[in-house]
Amino acid sequence: MNVTIVDYKSGNISSVINSFKEVAQNKVKIEVTSEVSKIQSTDKVVLPGQGSFKSCVDALQSINGLVDCLNDFAINKKKPLLGICVGFQMFADVGYEEAETKGLCWIPGKVTKIDNQNGKYKLPHIGWNQINLVKESKIFRDIKDKSHMYFVHSYEFVPTDKNSISATTDYSSKHVCAVEKENIFGTQFHPEKSDKTGLKIINNFINL
Amino acid sequence: MLKNRIIPCLDVKNGRVVKGINFVDLKDAGDPVEQAKIYSDGGADEICFLDITASNENRDTIYEVVEKTSKKCFVPLTVGGGVRSVDDINKLLNCGADKVSINTTAVENSKVVVDSSKKFGSQCIVVAIDAKKNGDKWEVFTHGGRNNSGIDALEYAKIMEESGAGELLVTSMDRDGTQVGYDIELISKISSKVNIPLIASGGVGNLDHLVEGIKSGKASAVLAASIFHYGKYSVKEAKQYLESKGIPVRT
Repeated sequence: MNVTIVDYKSGNISSVINSFKEVAQNKVKIEVTSEVSKIQSTDKVVLPGQGSFKSCVDALQSINGLVDCLNDFAINKKKPLLGICVGFQMFADVGYEEAETKGLCWIPGKVTKIDNQNGKYKLPHIGWNQINLVKESKIFRDIKDKSHMYFVHSYEFVPTDKNSISATTDYSSKHVCAVEKENIFGTQFHPEKSDKTGLKIINNFINL
Repeated sequence: MLKNRIIPCLDVKNGRVVKGINFVDLKDAGDPVEQAKIYSDGGADEICFLDITASNENRDTIYEVVEKTSKKCFVPLTVGGGVRSVDDINKLLNCGADKVSINTTAVENSKVVVDSSKKFGSQCIVVAIDAKKNGDKWEVFTHGGRNNSGIDALEYAKIMEESGAGELLVTSMDRDGTQVGYDIELISKISSKVNIPLIASGGVGNLDHLVEGIKSGKASAVLAASIFHYGKYSVKEAKQYLESKGIPVRT
């Protein structure tokens, strides 16, 4: 089996690569590429993302055929895809970081700035926070409710379809930190930086 | 609920761990990769490397250390020391650092903070402020505490927030290496002035100092070196103590 991490030149993905390689050992092939032909034929895709919503969408679009390829992979072929951080936020219809920017439109909703309640909450939301599991999700197999995950973000994904929400976390308000919609998985937190619990989530995704 | 973080810091010189007392008198004490792994297995919420390699020819040693560490530790890794340019930041991130802390260069050329936070995102840009009290204000020092820039630390903190820093790492030069506790006044004043998280540093000698940094200093995270490095306390003991004092920690 091949798991492909999409390298579309948006920020630092070495931690994602290291964690997947650590979990996969030599049993599963971890490939890092932006080549459309390779992504088309892989079994699973990981879509990381750092920086702003707009910079990530722009970077995806700057690679010829990549957005179409991801649409085909996730929506038509319904193969497993995991989005992390901004990679997860891009599932939305629209994001408002830097400028109003159209997302991948896979899960209806928008990405807006976390309400800091007039400075009561510091932004970015950085550090370890507990997740509330709100529905069963394949990537959360053997993950306990209230597990700690590592977060670093200032914007939150607000899906209109609440059925896709698999976990929330409390910071300023209860915001969405994981989704599962059929074959599409996403986490706002960084499983690659969330110690053993995070590696377990990566393991669950690899073993889907 | 968001937990307060405990961050052990390792001073690294020529690829080896040292810890300075008042920035001089260094003692050699081990392999940074192994040390970092011990900390992350012990529950450290993040690991911080401060590269204090002086000569340029040995500067590449930190890249190797970061690269090896990031393959073994799956908690966030912050690396600082000698970061001069957007290119340096890029290189450290590519080696596996999750955040890069910028000190002297941020004072001399704040454009590096602006450009790097735009390019890589604010989440990976930490501005380190070394501050020393002078009368009723604090001044920002550069070059590992050797040069006084004369800049007011509180005003500087605000400017760095506006320039795109995702976090501030505030070290009291007066307290660093003394083990008498953080400069709570400095920490709390900066923390209430900015809306980004603050990491308190400089002066930790016991676990009550960590409690003070969070409760009175309003720091989001507390950084310490010697108390962990010389085995006085483990990270686990520190967390248990903080929890017993009503501070939320990851356990």
